[in-house]
Amino acid sequence: MRRYLIRKLITYVLAFFVGATIDWGIPHLMPGNPVQLYLSSFNIRSAAQYEALYKTMSQAFGTNLPLWDQYLHYWSGLVTGHWGISFWDPPAQVTTLIFQALPYTLALLVPAIVLSYTLGNRLGAAAARRRILDNTVLPAGYVFQSIPYPWLALALAYLLAAVLHVFPISGGYDPGLIPAFTWTFISNLLYHWFLPFLTVFLVSLGGWAIGMRNLVIYELENDSSRYLRALGAKERVIRRYAYRNASLPQLSGLALALGVVVGGNIVTEYAFSYPGLGHLIFLAISNEDYFLLQGIFIFIIIGLLVANFVIDIVFVMVDPRIRLSMQGAPS
Amino acid sequence: MSDTLSGPTPASADPAGPAPVAAPVAGTTSPAGPSPPRRRGSDLVYYALHNKKLVFGLSLEALFVLAAIFGPIISPHNMTDYFASNQPPSAQHWLGTDNLGHDLFAEVAAGLQVSYMVGALGALCAALVGMTLGFIAGYRGGLLDDVLQIFTNIMVMIPALVLLIVIGAYLKTRGVLFEGAFIGLTTWPWVARAVRAQTFTLKTREFVDLARMSGKRGWSIVVREIAPNMASYLFLVVILLFGSSMLLAANFDFLGLGPTTATSLGNIMNQSTLWSALQLHLWWWFLPPGLLLTGMVAALLVANVGLDEVFNPKLREQ
Repeated sequence: MRRYLIRKLITYVLAFFVGATIDWGIPHLMPGNPVQLYLSSFNIRSAAQYEALYKTMSQAFGTNLPLWDQYLHYWSGLVTGHWGISFWDPPAQVTTLIFQALPYTLALLVPAIVLSYTLGNRLGAAAARRRILDNTVLPAGYVFQSIPYPWLALALAYLLAAVLHVFPISGGYDPGLIPAFTWTFISNLLYHWFLPFLTVFLVSLGGWAIGMRNLVIYELENDSSRYLRALGAKERVIRRYAYRNASLPQLSGLALALGVVVGGNIVTEYAFSYPGLGHLIFLAISNEDYFLLQGIFIFIIIGLLVANFVIDIVFVMVDPRIRLSMQGAPS
Repeated sequence: MSDTLSGPTPASADPAGPAPVAAPVAGTTSPAGPSPPRRRGSDLVYYALHNKKLVFGLSLEALFVLAAIFGPIISPHNMTDYFASNQPPSAQHWLGTDNLGHDLFAEVAAGLQVSYMVGALGALCAALVGMTLGFIAGYRGGLLDDVLQIFTNIMVMIPALVLLIVIGAYLKTRGVLFEGAFIGLTTWPWVARAVRAQTFTLKTREFVDLARMSGKRGWSIVVREIAPNMASYLFLVVILLFGSSMLLAANFDFLGLGPTTATSLGNIMNQSTLWSALQLHLWWWFLPPGLLLTGMVAALLVANVGLDEVFNPKLREQ
């Protein structure tokens, strides 16, 4: 058990290290000099002026230092929370911008993941070895699983927003509103939230249903289920045991799928111009705000690590084998 | 990626899995029949032809592949020609035209080819890397396995899309090859995991012990003894990877991070949002590409499930 935890911990620490290093490495290893790139946006005529500005800017950004020194600086900034100042929105700290966008992203992601996971699992388990349900849930599941996020976003926005005018076509709230804790604002928020949420939710739903259906079928064919049946247990009881066994691989599947859902969420936010982290990334790119881009990348990595850690803890609580071995039983 | 599509059914991924999977169903052929490998093959063909899911999925996929091959040939217009802009579908322009007056049928036909290419490239890259690392980790075990496991787990946690966004911000021109390779190099971890787990259970079997005792080298044991016993599983993995690579590519392309040198299906959707096709109700611009992609991937998934049932007697309808 201790070995299990230590390995997990090592993986998390290393993953953070690798993620942070990639985050630093990509701008430094890509062709082109960031200072040159920055200066090219000003229209400087004389070479002497350019030289002087280049020197000052290199000093200001620290690009004249040796690489290892820059790398250490990056780490000290990362650890102490100095993630830099945004180019695009100058006095604002990168961290402030990220925390402004974060609630929107979480409001989409968390309900979409939790609801699609629970509902998908229930649906899949119910469909297993039941002909009528199986013949409806399964094909629908395949189709939902195969829909590209951007297309579902566009199709829903077209049908429900552009044609039927039931929901707004984009944005996080009406442009005239000021964020406040009032009913008008919150209801407007929910009104804008629904379509992006539906997109992320529907795409994930099919995968969970199909996965659970297959796992439950496998469990129902298992010797333990046959034994229960031979003992005369009710089908309902057998199914309940099958479901519990099947939810373990599904849970580890959830940990694996997180990165994909986060990606899908970014695409969805982009499609709906929903003001979360995904939208912020594109603001950062189109305004060449590399500090912001760097900050969002490392922030998403941290978020994924935390989510994985939470799933690990849930896993320990759900899996009796790990739980027992933690309480001192031989593993 | 990959994980949005659930892996091959657990029945083939379980510890007792692959070896019995490919075994012939007892008593279906006469004892005086042909030699064992051929008997097994003809059994598989029988089940394959009688599996509705497989036949349906494959036929549908074949239709899309034919469309990808012959689409550009039968298209009456060239992708680079200009016509009246924003025309709805008509006898002249089967899928209408976009804001620049390009014929969308020609674009979609070209996009089909690019999407298939990226999907195939991504699947091959991921399968190659994932299988190599999975076999090494599973067969060698020990410290090497620990190191590879940790490496795999780290790669799982780095989100491909976000990584590509950051790379795309600096790399201004990207080709089809780059996209395919990138997808392959970020989606291999779950292949490696699955292959490792399978190799782990297979390497304790008697026939592997026997091969080892007869002095075979590690690689030849993996290639000649272990891999054939999970061939059906590997085949299913590649098919799933193919579908998931196409979906992933659609996400990239939609964000404008796809190939800058070619038009893909996701690319067309990206262009449509950039030119406010939604607000202008130009549905023929963004609906067909995504619908085709959904069909392409769904057909693969259905065929995949059918194949799984063909390979795995436990899963067949009862």
